[in-house]
Amino acid sequence: MNPTRAAVRAGVRRGVIELRNSFTNAQDVWGYVFPTVVLLVTIFFMRGATVPGTGFSLGSRTLPSVLGMGIAFGGLITLAQQIVVEREDGTLLRAKATPNGMLGYLIGKLTLMSTVALVSMVIQIVPALFLVEGLRLTSVMAWMTLLVVVVIGLVATLPIGAVIGSLIENPRNLGLVMLPMMGLIALSGIFYPINGYPGWLQAVAQVFPIYWLGLGMRSALLPDALAAVELGGSWRHLETLGVLGAWAVLGLVLAPIVLRRMARRESGSRVAARRERAMRQIT
Amino acid sequence: MTTVELPGAAAAPHPPDEDLVLDVRDLRMRYGSVDVLHGVDFTARRGEVLALLGPNGAGKTTTIEVLEGFRMRSAGEVRVLGVDPGRGDERWRARMGVVLQSWRDHGKWRVREVLAHLGAYYAPYATERVRRPWPVDDLLDTVGLAAHAGKRVNQLSGGQRRRLDVAVGIVGRPELLFLDEPTVGFDPAARREFHDLVHRLADLDDTTILLTTHDLDEAEKLADRILILAGGRIIADGSPDALARRVAGDVEIRWTRDGQRFVHSTADATAFLRDLLREHGDGVQELEVRRASLEDAYMALVYEQESGVRGGTAARVWQQGSQG
Repeated sequence: MNPTRAAVRAGVRRGVIELRNSFTNAQDVWGYVFPTVVLLVTIFFMRGATVPGTGFSLGSRTLPSVLGMGIAFGGLITLAQQIVVEREDGTLLRAKATPNGMLGYLIGKLTLMSTVALVSMVIQIVPALFLVEGLRLTSVMAWMTLLVVVVIGLVATLPIGAVIGSLIENPRNLGLVMLPMMGLIALSGIFYPINGYPGWLQAVAQVFPIYWLGLGMRSALLPDALAAVELGGSWRHLETLGVLGAWAVLGLVLAPIVLRRMARRESGSRVAARRERAMRQIT
Repeated sequence: MTTVELPGAAAAPHPPDEDLVLDVRDLRMRYGSVDVLHGVDFTARRGEVLALLGPNGAGKTTTIEVLEGFRMRSAGEVRVLGVDPGRGDERWRARMGVVLQSWRDHGKWRVREVLAHLGAYYAPYATERVRRPWPVDDLLDTVGLAAHAGKRVNQLSGGQRRRLDVAVGIVGRPELLFLDEPTVGFDPAARREFHDLVHRLADLDDTTILLTTHDLDEAEKLADRILILAGGRIIADGSPDALARRVAGDVEIRWTRDGQRFVHSTADATAFLRDLLREHGDGVQELEVRRASLEDAYMALVYEQESGVRGGTAARVWQQGSQG
């Protein structure tokens, strides 16, 4: 068999094994359930509130927005986190010591992150449906749009997440990415429309993928009439495609360069040094 | 020191040779303005077991990482399996195995899953002579993990974890295996089993093995040849026996007479003992004659290198060390 094909196949299997492992330990299961709990509690407290300028339930608007945020969060933060942790524990060095192991590792991560994104969405949508109404759940177009947004969202965020993960060497520095991420979520109109924000803040939000993933998900699941209260008064599909596409291109150009540089520098002594540092930090 | 092979003496050009698995000539490494390796020379043939010894900070890790292709060298000619490790491709990578100390990866995986998964990458590199990968069940038996095949990796004990690392290192049936302090954390039985495994790999599969260790007893048991790296150079290269014999050629003799302890070092123990017994007869008690061990040789050589004293002092140093 061709070595590249063997590595791709092994990588997919790797993703499947890691997915299965993620269902069998408490920490990962909590990682699946926690966002759903937050979402349900949020929707519960939003009962009775409406989207400004309409009679539409604010909770129903929040569900698709949160799904969009979840894609961005999974692609950017979760992947970065995994790369940082797996550099520290030697998984990446192991991949490097294996023929075509790095390729298999990356394919495995893409498989894992994509399926985790889908699983997380299902876990959030199903219980939330008992609390919200007015979504276009019976429309085939709605689900098609949702699928397209998920795919573009993953392509736009996963390579950037890999870049972030490669640039951070100390897991403690993940906080440096978490904080701005939280700020961006607040800016991106996930839980409340940002029409009332100053123009420059709206502009900042629209540079990053989170806003557009939220918008894309809303365009899929909300009735068309709700487009009127978005910025620009439309779902702006073209702009969504443009911004997410630009992030995808940027990520796909940067990721191979940064990943290769990171991988080249991995060695036994670096892993050992990180381990020693981690031990010092614990004591 | 005249009796030890000096690295400079081996500088004559080597003929190209299929059996030459490692060929290192004048390897130099510099970090910033600090030279870590000052010109390391050595070779290893197919099926040879080499132990690389040396104090911490001597450059062992750097040397091995250059050979593994994980670190770019500053200068020197290096061939690993006939290929410059700075340019080794995946085909080259498939022919070697690496076992390091600090791996904690794949904690949530089951032991069998890890071996089956990592083995799959080697399947395309199987040849008629070398079937790759090593079948998982067979490999689990070989490293003594068959009873733990279904366990999660993070539930293994320290020694079991190390055996898994060794298993991963050999799953691709490597022609060349790097072992970094392989038996740290092993109990005596596991250590013995591991030594048997190393012998089997070297003798039956013709695997070339380069291992680092601080355990001189282990080096003596395992290695065909010992390299001592100190101060960024190979300061000794030879069989354990030859090293012990050549460096500290003197024999240490201890005895008591009239309740007083005596220690004497000499190259000719027989003559000295004959004179001693002729003179004092039964007055000589608790007589001990001890030939220098590998450990004595190692200590003498490293001390000599670190203190900068050269030329024939090793024996004297050894003598002082024994008396002190």
